[in-house]
Amino acid sequence: MDIKEKKQIIVKRIAQSLEDGDVVNLGIGMPTLVANYVPEDIDITLQSENGFLGLGPKPEEGKEDKDLTNAGGQPVTIKEGGVFFDSAESFAIIRGGHVDKTVLGALQVDAQGNLANWMIPNKIVPGMGGAMDLVVGAKDVIIATLQTTKKGNSKILSECTLPLTAKKQVDYIVTEMGFYKLEASKLILTEINPDYTVEEVKNATDAELIISENLKKMSI
Amino acid sequence: MSKIISLEDAAAKVEAGDRVMVGGFLACGSPEEILAKVLENDVDNLTIIANDTSFPDKGIGQLVASGNVKKVIASHIGTNPETGKKMHDGSMEVELVPQGTLAERIRIGGAGLGGFLTPTGVGTIVEEGKKVIESEGQEYLLELPLKADVALVKAWKADKKGNLVYRKSARNFNPLIAKACETVIVEAEEIVEVGELDPDHVVTPSIFVDYIVRGEN
Repeated sequence: MDIKEKKQIIVKRIAQSLEDGDVVNLGIGMPTLVANYVPEDIDITLQSENGFLGLGPKPEEGKEDKDLTNAGGQPVTIKEGGVFFDSAESFAIIRGGHVDKTVLGALQVDAQGNLANWMIPNKIVPGMGGAMDLVVGAKDVIIATLQTTKKGNSKILSECTLPLTAKKQVDYIVTEMGFYKLEASKLILTEINPDYTVEEVKNATDAELIISENLKKMSI
Repeated sequence: MSKIISLEDAAAKVEAGDRVMVGGFLACGSPEEILAKVLENDVDNLTIIANDTSFPDKGIGQLVASGNVKKVIASHIGTNPETGKKMHDGSMEVELVPQGTLAERIRIGGAGLGGFLTPTGVGTIVEEGKKVIESEGQEYLLELPLKADVALVKAWKADKKGNLVYRKSARNFNPLIAKACETVIVEAEEIVEVGELDPDHVVTPSIFVDYIVRGEN
């Protein structure tokens, strides 16, 4: 399975966890792809932290608007019924618990629900942008990540070693291998991709892993 | 007294050593024409307060590259390698602030408040040097207001009194910085007669605005 296929599995599974009426913020990179797989029979509202609700797909070529971009600076559109606001209002929405789900990437995520996704000291220091507020404010924090780094190290650890984005805020982790739930500082595998065995998942997870009694096949 | 001035006169109001707030989010909604003139003026020791440091070939990004900025306060610097380079070699100080905290610090700077309590950053390096206050069983960081000498605002339409309307996602930090600075300069795409803007649609009331420049973009 190549990386593209793995990412597709992750974002498809996350798209299925969205519910009708949800307000959702998708982080930059892989999380953005979730929007491509939202089931047609549900209606969700995407929040863009640079200041609007009702984020739509990218415009046709030639129809880009210099005044309408997403939080990654890419040209986008706004759906009917969408609305613009300033950055303080945008983060009142985020911090105030008015975003139902946020999907973010991870450098590291741990069994206590800690997330590190904004810097590698002395190497990459891009800044946290809106990630720290999103992780603290959104009702559900869903982490979209490959199970391991390019070198094969687990991205799921017993304790993050990189500077944290937030403490104990992660609710779910979705990788190409499975769907994990975090409950009372316990990491529980609730769904497994049938292409892998439980043993393989355990070996690729650098933390104590509880296998759910009702372990299901990951629905993709 | 007319608030409308030339681009040259507007840029000249940014002086060496000033703290300058700049509107925009990755250059969307930044006053690029004023920034280009400020760059030409070569004023040094600036502190730039903005969401991000834009791109190397755009307004704030070019200012950073010019070496005229001694400090940046922003939430994101990843789109401009120059910022990271200058931060690492120590030639420029960078204070990274979570985006929601940055927006709120500016908002309260203009709203006469002395601080606010936020859960954002608790248990992270953002907590360092800050008061942690427990309220109703939850931990919060005390964050302080931000103010500056000059605001460089980008608006879509300004009337001649200085009432402002923004367009789409170009609004972002602009209405916030317009309330938090001593001198507020607006680059507007269009300047209209007083009365032409519907009072219900005005986002920034004219009392916050000192000068207006007509921008081409």
